[in-house]
Amino acid sequence: MSAPLLKTVDICLAFGGVIAADQIDFELAEGERLAVIGQNGAGKTTFLNICTGYLSATRGKVFFDGEDITGLPPRTITRKGIARSFQIPQIFTEHTVRECMQLAASAVQHRWNPLRPLCKSVNLDEVEHTLELVNLASRANDQACMLPEGQRKLLDVAMALVLNPRLLIMDEPTSGVCSDEKHGLMDTLMRALSERRVTSMFVEHDIDIVTRYATRLTAWVGGKIAADGPPAEVLKDPIVVKNVMGG
Amino acid sequence: MNLNLCLTAICDGVSSAALLYLTALGLTLIFGVMRILNVAHGSLYAFGGYLAATFGIVIAQRGLPPALALPALVVAAIIVGVLVGGTLEVTLLRRILDKDPILQLIITFAVFMILEDVQRLIWGSQPYFVSDVVNQLGMTTVLGITYTNYQLFVLPVMALVAFLGIQYFLKRTRLGREITAVTHHREVATALGVNAKHVSLLTFIIGASLGALGGALASPTTSLVPGIGADVLVLSFAVIATAGLGQLAGSAVTALVIGIARAFAVYLMPEIEVLVPYLIMVLVLLVRPQGLFAAAEVRRV
Amino acid sequence: MRTRGLTVLLVAAGATLPIFIPWLKTPVILAINNGLAVLGVLVLIRAGQVSFGHAMYVCASGYAVAYAGRFFHLDGVVLILAGTLASIVLGALIGLFIVRYRAIFFGMLNVAFSMVLYSILVKFSTYTGGSDGMRVDRPPFAGFTFERSGFETTLLYVSICIAVLAALIVQRYFASASGQALAAIKTNETRLEYLGISARRVFWGGYVASAALCGLGGSIAALAQGLVTPETGYWVRSGELVFIAILGGSSQAIGAFLGAVVFEFVRLYAAAYVTGAWQLVLGTALIVIIFAAPSGLVGLVTRFGRGRAGGHAS
Repeated sequence: MSAPLLKTVDICLAFGGVIAADQIDFELAEGERLAVIGQNGAGKTTFLNICTGYLSATRGKVFFDGEDITGLPPRTITRKGIARSFQIPQIFTEHTVRECMQLAASAVQHRWNPLRPLCKSVNLDEVEHTLELVNLASRANDQACMLPEGQRKLLDVAMALVLNPRLLIMDEPTSGVCSDEKHGLMDTLMRALSERRVTSMFVEHDIDIVTRYATRLTAWVGGKIAADGPPAEVLKDPIVVKNVMGG
Repeated sequence: MNLNLCLTAICDGVSSAALLYLTALGLTLIFGVMRILNVAHGSLYAFGGYLAATFGIVIAQRGLPPALALPALVVAAIIVGVLVGGTLEVTLLRRILDKDPILQLIITFAVFMILEDVQRLIWGSQPYFVSDVVNQLGMTTVLGITYTNYQLFVLPVMALVAFLGIQYFLKRTRLGREITAVTHHREVATALGVNAKHVSLLTFIIGASLGALGGALASPTTSLVPGIGADVLVLSFAVIATAGLGQLAGSAVTALVIGIARAFAVYLMPEIEVLVPYLIMVLVLLVRPQGLFAAAEVRRV
Repeated sequence: MRTRGLTVLLVAAGATLPIFIPWLKTPVILAINNGLAVLGVLVLIRAGQVSFGHAMYVCASGYAVAYAGRFFHLDGVVLILAGTLASIVLGALIGLFIVRYRAIFFGMLNVAFSMVLYSILVKFSTYTGGSDGMRVDRPPFAGFTFERSGFETTLLYVSICIAVLAALIVQRYFASASGQALAAIKTNETRLEYLGISARRVFWGGYVASAALCGLGGSIAALAQGLVTPETGYWVRSGELVFIAILGGSSQAIGAFLGAVVFEFVRLYAAAYVTGAWQLVLGTALIVIIFAAPSGLVGLVTRFGRGRAGGHAS
C-alpha cells in the first residue's frame, strides 16, 4: 500500500471561540476524487487553507507525498505540486484571460528571462488546450474583469490546472456556473484529471455533482470530519443527514 | 552637557513640538476622515504664517493696540483655514474622493505647486520675520535659564488646548461624533443620516485652520521664506506616519519625541538635527509600518 | 501606431533642433534624463505602487559621479556606469526591506529613506559640500576630450540613444513574464503566490530596475550640469517625477519623455513670460488633465492623431 499523497496529523485551529479544526487526522491517496461537504462555518475552507499554507494550524502537521509541508508558505507548497482554486475566484482582473493563463503556465519554470515576451516563454498549445477544456477559448482575448462569476470560476480552475499539479484542490468549483453547464464542465474536468493522473479534493454544495464525480466523500460538522467514505454511504449517515443536509 | 543646556534643550524641544503637533494634527485629522493625504497642507501652514506676519506688520504700522497681536495670529489662521481650505475642499477635494489614491495624492501635490506660486506672487521671495508678539510678551527666568514667554507658555498652552479641544470636540459634541462615525465607516454613517459632505467640509476647514495656526504661531519665531511649506509638510508627515496615520493622540507623543530629540541633537551633534526625525520614522516604520499607535492592519505580503 | 509616430517625432526634434538652437541643448538633455527617471517611476506604477522618494536614486548617482570624478578622474562613460551602479546597489539594499510593503506604507518608507539621504547630504557638509553641493568637472568622454559645446552635443546624443534603448528594454520587460507578474501584483498578489511566484522577488526586481533608471538619468544629468546638490534628492523632486508620469501618461514609456519635455519647457517659458509661475501653470494643467484626459498627454496625442486620420484604427 503506497503512502498517502496528502496526510494531516492532529490539525487544530480555533478562531476566537470557534473551533475550525479539531484534531484532524486525514489521509488522501493518489488518484482519489474526494468531495468535501458541510455547512458554512464547519471548517472546510479553513482545512483547505491550512493544507495549502494560507493559514497556520496551532497544532499538528501536514505531509505531502511523505514530506512535511507544515508552515510552508503557499508559494512553496504550490511548487511542490498542490494547486488550488478559490471560493471567490482569484484572477488577474486587468489581464486578459489568455494572459492570466500564460502567467500561470510560466510559473512552473524556474528561471525567467526578463527580455523574452511571456507568450514566447510558455507552451501555447497547452494554454489553449486548457482554455478549451473549461470552455473559455472564445473569451481568451477578453479582460478577466469582464467575465461573469461562473466563467471567473472556470478561469480560476484553469489557472490551477495549467500548473500541472499532482493534487488539485478546488473550493466550490461549480458554484456560479449555470446548471446546464455544470455537468459538462465536471465531466471534462474529471476526465482531464484522470488522464493526467491528478488527484483532486473539492468542496461542493451540489450533492448531485458529488454523487456523480466523487470517489470518496468527507462530511464536516463543527470542525471535525463526521463521516468519511463512499458518497452513497456517507449521504445516508444519519449525522450527515441531520447536520449537513438540513435534516 | 550640563543641566542648563539640558533644560534649554527640553524647553526648545517642547516648544517646537507644540508647533509641530498643531500642524501635524490638522494633517492627520484630514487623513483620518477623508483618507486623503493633503500634500498642500504645508502651503496652508505657509499661508497662515505669511498672513499672520502681514497682520503683525499692519498692527505695528497703524499703531493699533499691541494686545491685538496674539489674537491676530489666531484670526489669520482661521481666515486661511476657512477661505483657502474651504475653497479647496468644495472645488476640488470632494470630487476626488473616489479616485485612485495615487491620483488623489498627485492632485494635492499639484495644489501644493499652485499655492507655492500664489504665495510667491502675493508675498514675494524676501524673508518675513515679524516677532513683535514675542518681544511684547517678554522673558522668564526659570531654574537659571532665560526663555521667551512665548515659547515657554503660549505655544505649549496652545498645543494643549488644541489637544484637549479636539478630544472633547470629537467625543462630546454632536458634530464631533459625526466626524468620528464618518472616519470609521463613511457608508454606514451616511445610511444613519449623517451628512458626510458637510462633515468632510467642516473637518477639512478645521484641519486646514490647525495647519494655518501652526504657521501663524511659528511666524514670530521663524523667518518665512518660499519653500518653508515643503519642509514643514515632510516633517509633519514624519510625525504622523510614525504615530500612525489618523492617530490624533499618538501624534502628540511622536511630536514630543521628535521635537525633543531634535533639540538635543542641536546641542550635542548639530549635523544630525535634520536627520533625526526621518531616522526615527524609518526605524519605526520598518518594525511597525502602521505606526506606533495604530492597530496592525498592515498589508504585508 | 500613433505613439510610434510621436516617438519618431520627439527623437528627431531632440536630435536636430538643439544643433540649430544651441541653448536648447542643456534643457533637452535634462528633460530626457528626467524622463529616464520618470520611466523608473512608471515601472513601479505598473505594480500599482508609487514612490515619493525616488529622487534619492537620481541624487545618489549624481554624487557618486561627483566623487568618482574627483578622486579617480575617470572617463565620462565609466562615470555614468559608476553612478548607475551606485543607485542600483542602493536600490537593491533598500529594496530588500521596502518590497514587503504596499500602498501608502510603501510610499511612506520611500519618503523616509529619501529624507534620510537628503539630511545627510545637507548636514555633513565637510564630506558632501552641504547645500552648495559638489562640482562635477567635465571629464573626457570615451577617450575624447571635449570643449563645453562638444561635450554637451555628445551628452545629447548619448542621452537620446540611452533613452530610446531604455524605453525599448522597459517595454520588453513589461511584456515578459517578470513584467506581467509585476503588473499582477497590482491586481492579485495572493493569486501570484498561489501560482508559486514570489511577489516579493518580482517586486524587488522592478524596484531595482526603477532605481537603475533613476540612477542612469541622474548620472548623465550630473555630467551635463556640472553640479550636484542635495536638492536633486528632495521629496518635492520625487513628487515631480510622479507628477510627470501622470502628466505624460502612465501606461506607455513615451509618456515619461513627453511629460518630461513639456515639464521642462513650461518651466523655461514661465520664467520668461509668466513671472516664473511655472508651478501654477503645470499644477493647473495636471488637474485639468486628470479630470478631462486621464490617460495623460500621450492619450490626448493619440486621440488627436486618430481623429485626424479620419477615425480608422491606429
